[in-house]
Amino acid sequence: MKTFLSEIRSAVMVTLTLAAVCCGLYPLVVFGVSQLFFRDKANGSLITDAKGAVRGSRLIGQPFSADKYFHPRPSAAGNGYDGASSGGSNLGPTSQKLNDAVKDRIAQYRKENGLSESEPVPADAVTASGSGLDPHISPRNAELQTPRVAKARGVSEDKLRELIRENTDNPDLGFLGESGVNVLRLNLALDQPSGN
Amino acid sequence: MQPSDWLQLAVYVVTLAAITKPMGLYLMQVLDAGGRTWLDPVLKPLERLTYRLMGVRPDGEQDWRRYTGSMLLFSLVGLLFTYAILRLQHLLPLNPQGFGPVSPDLAFNTAVSFTTNTNWQSYSGESTMSYLSQMVALAFHNFVSAATGIAIAAALVRGIARHSTKLLGNFWVDLVRITYYLLLPICLVFAVILVSQGMIQNFRPYTKASLVEPMKISVEKKNDKGATIKSPDGKTVMEEQTVTEQVIPQGPMASQVAIKMLGTNGGGYVNANAAHPFENPTPLSNFLQMLSIFAIGSGLTWYLGRMTKNQAHGWSVWAAMMALFLGGVLLCWWAEAAGNPIHHQLGAAVADGNMEGKEVRFGIFNSALFATVTTDASCGAVNAMHDSFTALGGFVPLFNMQLGEIIIGGVGAGLYGMLVFVVLAVFIAGLMVGRTPEYLGKKIQSYEVKMAMLALLVLCFTLLGFAAWASVSAWGLAGRNNEGPHGLSEILYAFSSAVGNNGSAFAGLSANTPWYNTTLGIAMLFGRFLMIVPIMAMAGSLAQKKLVPASAGTFPVSGVTFIVLLLGTVLLIGALNFLPVLTLGPVVEHFLTAQGKLF
Repeated sequence: MKTFLSEIRSAVMVTLTLAAVCCGLYPLVVFGVSQLFFRDKANGSLITDAKGAVRGSRLIGQPFSADKYFHPRPSAAGNGYDGASSGGSNLGPTSQKLNDAVKDRIAQYRKENGLSESEPVPADAVTASGSGLDPHISPRNAELQTPRVAKARGVSEDKLRELIRENTDNPDLGFLGESGVNVLRLNLALDQPSGN
Repeated sequence: MQPSDWLQLAVYVVTLAAITKPMGLYLMQVLDAGGRTWLDPVLKPLERLTYRLMGVRPDGEQDWRRYTGSMLLFSLVGLLFTYAILRLQHLLPLNPQGFGPVSPDLAFNTAVSFTTNTNWQSYSGESTMSYLSQMVALAFHNFVSAATGIAIAAALVRGIARHSTKLLGNFWVDLVRITYYLLLPICLVFAVILVSQGMIQNFRPYTKASLVEPMKISVEKKNDKGATIKSPDGKTVMEEQTVTEQVIPQGPMASQVAIKMLGTNGGGYVNANAAHPFENPTPLSNFLQMLSIFAIGSGLTWYLGRMTKNQAHGWSVWAAMMALFLGGVLLCWWAEAAGNPIHHQLGAAVADGNMEGKEVRFGIFNSALFATVTTDASCGAVNAMHDSFTALGGFVPLFNMQLGEIIIGGVGAGLYGMLVFVVLAVFIAGLMVGRTPEYLGKKIQSYEVKMAMLALLVLCFTLLGFAAWASVSAWGLAGRNNEGPHGLSEILYAFSSAVGNNGSAFAGLSANTPWYNTTLGIAMLFGRFLMIVPIMAMAGSLAQKKLVPASAGTFPVSGVTFIVLLLGTVLLIGALNFLPVLTLGPVVEHFLTAQGKLF
């Protein structure tokens, strides 16, 4: 009995001590160092406009549907790009629902961008991402949307391609991951006076 | 399957191999109660203070019963600690979103889930858990459940390496040393690196951003009482709404994600887990997260070799694990790159592969690699939605978990799981040549084989039993997000994940119901503790044995023959147990996809 009580004491005390160190001290140290050296990133890489209002995060995608903007991927987060409920569609390969959605999105994508019925549509343009907040589209997807945006804005396609290049995240260290065009950053650049 | 993808795979494997020995050497120091590390000047006083508060003598070793008893008691106290915080989070500080208390069944499920290193999540973090719940109730177990797993593996290795003794070390000392010397320092550095990539670490309330282009949506019209309104012809009435704001979650994420990955916990800070741009901002953060999942488990194989004075044995176990790993990656990667023929038929570009549920920055390869790594280990973090993988792409994570997560595996859990198969492989080899089997100078007798089989059979019965029950019950079927064979896969995946203490999901399954929360909770407890107890009994028995000198008839536990035999044992047992049910799930779904059948 005595050993059992001393074991309980050990269990309770080690729980409290490790909680204080690992769940109090440790996150606070990480917090302090991050705020000191990576303040912008630690606070969500937020984008503010000239008036100081927060317009979004460089890392989090936003919905766009007007012709004058590049469109992001379909999103299954809430009603679309809902930052408070991230997630994917979780529909499997034989899902009728997914099949219907992909079919509609392909038709819409071809119509919006003036593609022929036989032209393959980039997969990322017609599938929802895992997070529902994917900030990127593939370079091919951006390229296919360029004529539409150029027409809607009355700017040259070459000018748009330059902006696309500027807002493309290339593979880390030159080989890790895939290139992606950051849609929110790109669209904000379009709205800048110089981009129009 | 681009050349750049092959390069990434090669870099991953080479980096992992390169850190295995340094990690193993460091583990030698940490797992020796009197070992010295370069962090002693800082951490030794803290370690001594902790022992004093606990009333533990660091030089007092325990036999297997005491060791296991201490571990179980500690896990129980930790479970209650977490349960209490979750139930009371509305009364506690650091809750800027004002989240209410977690329901009893969800709190039970979550407390069990984090105590058992599973991190199955029936909830979405960003809409359920306060900062205090994340940082204390959950992250606490991210540290200590990992430390517990490593401690059990160390005790088993000591049982194998020692002879003629009952003592296996002291659980309290192992727990404290692993947490302070191994997990904390690595996490401190790792967390800051993650922030440098864009991960958040703050205590602000969620940010509201005004959308650049407000979004028009059509939602179900509700009356004053919040119920949907039906038109006379029975259709739900919809109304147009304009969304002008985006809520951006905040919180102390990086400190939690570092230990979530290093400790193979896997519980996402937010619902989308490592697919979320905050929780895995760049391909580099993705690479480091995948590496950290395998880092300690890989080092433990080196520790095994050094402790048993048979480094070739350690490397052979590692090689067997890597063979299974590569097999899984290649199959999953190929299946995802090949994509879904049904969507190709509709006009989606064939070369892009299956992008449903995947992020552009990771693409096909890094999603397939992550899925394989996270289920080889008992991590369970996901950077893509496994539920939306192709049939064979989803088969790989499912089968990885059913093999017992012994491919590098969860920290500690992978090694002690694999050593069960090593004992069986040695036993089978002994039967084939008609000698008493020996393992590193110890006779393997009926007691050890019984304990090894017990550990395996408990897992198999729990997994298949619960999955079978759920798939013929209304409560089980109600949770499915997909029809047809994929629905069965969702249920099977949930119980494989729970029993294997993985925590990933075919996340379409709506598991936040009292039935699922309770059954999955029990499955997690069985999968963790009913595996550890027989393994510790085996460790205790092995430690007491006398050494038998090796002879010409001793089966060598290193080299190609051993590796092949070990692989055969793992695959044979896994296949015999689970192929029948897998045939009804992902295998048949694969053929149906090829035929274009929809559900």
